[in-house]
Order: sequence, then structure tokens, then C-alpha cells
Amino acid sequence: MNEIQPVKGPEAGLHTLEAILDRFCPMHLVLNESGHVIQAGPTLQKLRPGEELVGQRVLELFEVRRPHAITTMKALLTCAGTKLHLRFRGAPRTDLKGTLEPLPDGGAVVDLGFGISIIEAVRDYALVSSDFAATDLAMELLYLVEAKSAAMEASRKLNLRLQDAMIAAKEQAYTDGLTGLGNRRAMEHVLGRLLERGQPFALMQIDLDFFKAVNDTLGHAAGDHVLGEVARILTLQTREEDTIARIGGDEFVILFDGLTEEKALERTAQRIIDALEVPIPFGDELCRISASCGTVLSGEYKAPAAERMLEDADIALYASKNAGRAQHRFFRKEMRRDAAPSRVAEPARSGKQRRRSDQQL
Amino acid sequence: MHGLINSTIQRFARDAYGPALWEAAAEAAQLGFEEFEPMLSYDAEVTERILEALGEALALPREAVLEDIGTYLVSHQNSERVRRLLRFGGMSFVEFLHSLDELPDRARLAVDDLVLPRLELREHAADRFSLTVMTRMQGFGAVMLGVLRAMADDYGALVFLEYASGTQGVENIDIQIIETAFAAGRGFELGAPAG
Repeated sequence: MNEIQPVKGPEAGLHTLEAILDRFCPMHLVLNESGHVIQAGPTLQKLRPGEELVGQRVLELFEVRRPHAITTMKALLTCAGTKLHLRFRGAPRTDLKGTLEPLPDGGAVVDLGFGISIIEAVRDYALVSSDFAATDLAMELLYLVEAKSAAMEASRKLNLRLQDAMIAAKEQAYTDGLTGLGNRRAMEHVLGRLLERGQPFALMQIDLDFFKAVNDTLGHAAGDHVLGEVARILTLQTREEDTIARIGGDEFVILFDGLTEEKALERTAQRIIDALEVPIPFGDELCRISASCGTVLSGEYKAPAAERMLEDADIALYASKNAGRAQHRFFRKEMRRDAAPSRVAEPARSGKQRRRSDQQL
Repeated sequence: MHGLINSTIQRFARDAYGPALWEAAAEAAQLGFEEFEPMLSYDAEVTERILEALGEALALPREAVLEDIGTYLVSHQNSERVRRLLRFGGMSFVEFLHSLDELPDRARLAVDDLVLPRLELREHAADRFSLTVMTRMQGFGAVMLGVLRAMADDYGALVFLEYASGTQGVENIDIQIIETAFAAGRGFELGAPAG
């Protein structure tokens, strides 16, 4: 950077002005009447190494991007006071911003700056802080860009970790910890989605028979083992797209997406019951259970609703139980009439759940 | 205490002494976790506990640990970002010293809830300065001592520093510059390296 030299004599004023421009506006140009550069600030000159700016025509050096259609010095002079957008014609074709002030002799002073292109410019031209005027906020801007991107990165990492934690928490919230199946919340969520989509589906409620006996005689560890086996069997006997949930101690719900054919469902239910009746070894003991099932089809309703379907599946399930367990029934309207008034008045599943919660949950 | 400060302590322990030492210190301090989140806030008392645990693990007095953290902040490659941000303070070590007054404001500009202690530089002669650190975080002056020592190296300056851990939240560092261009120092380019 040029130093201000103490200059004496009549030329002092002019020399000082030049030095002041160099220091205050290190990216300025002084143009003569014909549009040639007669003086260039040190930083601007640094941007074109090996190329003398003084003596070149400013419009050959720069393309005027805005205002449009500026091709002569005369036109350029009319831009006094407006914001100029210039771009170097030679590489690197850095964008510059600037403003122009005409001089009495027909020339002009143009002061230029980087604007937002400063981030690339400091890299492209290896600029240092002394290349900027002391009052220029360039250094603060560069500092801020770096500091903020560091802070943003830290925040982004935190967000990613929080997102992972959220997904894990959600999964946990939808999973039955003992069996790895969905829980009641997961079942209600999927059921809601099926109803929303309006596609036909079947809802099967399964209640284990003789499970309480396993728990009572062989202990909770045996009970837990049996529940794990049940989960495995239910998964094996159903399709990938079906949703299996454990919604209570020994109660399960399977949602058969798009499967409403009674024969197929009947076969599936029978396969499940048969598989569950195979004694499950636990240590030296054999655990014997079975299951009662009740199924309801979404197509049976004009406007199927979750609560009502669960209730009806439960009624069908109890019809199976009352008929001697280890069997499957589809819900029929007359079952509702036959069911005890108390069962229908109160949503069956919540009543049942309460009844069992003290024993097995 | 801002998580950035706590996570700096953690990174220092890990980078300088290895993960095993950090895990042991985190356990001794009964943090209940092993990772400080730089963008969350913690009780000041947690910071005290981890500093104490680190001091015990390293068999170093608290101030020595803090000074090492200051040095780490500038000289370790994993904290290159901090070094760069500090180097924005000036072209020379003396310019850097003069920029310290505005360091807390600069920090706040980047992370608005990061409150750093007030710093005040006094110039006694062209080569003699003193830095006053006003803080409730006792020992922050020791951190600054480490920072100044490492920054002098970074600029290639030869300096003599003396720390007085004062009382009532006022700590002082005397700075004597013996030579500004003693060694080559490390480079600094304004354009941040990509990535």
C-alpha cells in the first residue's frame, strides 16, 4: 500500500489527493475524458497482476452489467450516482460494484468494491487485510461468514443427533418392548391410516387361551417366553404388509391390508391357532396355549370407524371364546344383539383390558 | 455455561490425552454423559466439576489445565477454526492484542448467547502491555495466557508473559514484546480453506 509521503510545494494538494484515494478507496479508478484509466488504486491493480491498468480503456477492462447498454464514456458519465455493476472482461471474471463521480475536466472517479463476491475474491487474489480500507467492513464480513458457518455446522450436527434420538424415541413409542411387535399406539396409527385411505381391509383380534395358566404355574419368565414365541408365529403366518400389534397382556390385533376374502382369512386364523397349539418348550417344561380369534371386515360398514371395528372384533372374539375357545369367528350383526348389554354399552376392549391388566400386563 | 466452552474442554482432553482419559474424567465428574453439546447450555457447576476431574486425572493444578486449554485452542489442528477467527484480529501480534477488547463482541456476533469475559488491553509502552480479564469464571485469565502464548508463536513474535490470578474477578496478564518478527510464524490467508 502506498504511504502518504509528506509533500511540500505547490503540487502538495494534488499528490495528497492521490494518496488519500489510494488509502481510503484502494479500489478506485481515475478516468480521463476519453475513458482511459489514468490512476488505479493499489488493490484494484493487485487484481490484475502483470497487467498495467493505467492507460487501458475502462470499458475494455470491464463489462458494464448494469445499467444496461453502456458502451461509451459519454454514456458512462450519465451513470453518476447510480449503482454500477461491473465485471472484469479477463479472467477471473470477478463481479464488482461501484459508483462514479464526474470530474470537472470531463473525466471521472470510479470507486469499486467486491460486494458479495468478496468471499471468492479473497481466495482468488490472496487478498490480505491491508488491501482493504481500514473502515471497510470486509474483514468483519469475512470473520462473520467463517464464525457463522462454524456455528451453523455445530447446530446442524446437533440437529442430526436430535433427529436420530427422535426417530429412536418414536420407534420406541410404537414398539412393544417385550415382543418387538407394534403396540396399541402403532395399531391405532395404522388403523387410522387404513380408514383414511378407504381401501378394504380386515381386522383380526386374537386372545390367547390358557395363557394365564402358563403364567400362574410356570412364572412370568415362561409367560414372557411364550409371548415372544407367539409374536414369532404371528409374524410367520401373516404377510409382510400386515400389521401385528400386541395391544394388551395376551391380546393381539392383526390388520390385513387389502385382504377381505373370508375363506383366506379363515384359513389364516386356523393356521395361527394350529401353530399356537404346538406346545412351546420352556426349560424342561412345555407350555400349552391356544387362541380365540374374531375378525371384522371394513366392507361391512357404510362408514367404518376404528372404535366400532375394534368393538365388533372383540364381540366376535368372545363369541369364539363362548363357543369353547380355540376357534375363529367373523363378526355378524346378530352377535351384537346377543352380546351382553353391559359389553356393548361400554367399549368392550377397554373394559376387558382393565379386567386383565392386574393379572398380566 | 455455554456448551461451546464445555465441549472445548472435552475436545482438549480427548485430542491431547486420548479418549480413555476423557471418559475417566467424565465419569469421575459424574456427568452422566460423555458428550457435551456445543450448542446447548449447562450449569456452571458442571464445568467446575469436569475441570476438577481433569486436574486430578492429569495431576495438574487447575490453572495449568486452563492454560493448556488456551494453547490447545490456538495450536491444535482440530481447532484451526478458532485460530483463524482470532487471526482476523490483526496483521501483527500487536494488532491482535489491540483487537482483544472487542473479542467478546466478536464472539457474540457469531454465537449470540456466548458470553465471554470482558477484556481490556492497556498499552504502557510500545512493547509493554497488560491485559485485564474481568470475569466470574475464575481462571479465565489462565486460558487467555495460553491463547496469548500460542498466538505469539502463530505470529512469530517473541513475548514474555506473566499472569496474576488476582481476586474478585479481576485477573491480569503482563505482556512484554521482545521481538515481533522472531520466527516465521504460521501463515494466514483470508480465504478459508474449502471444507
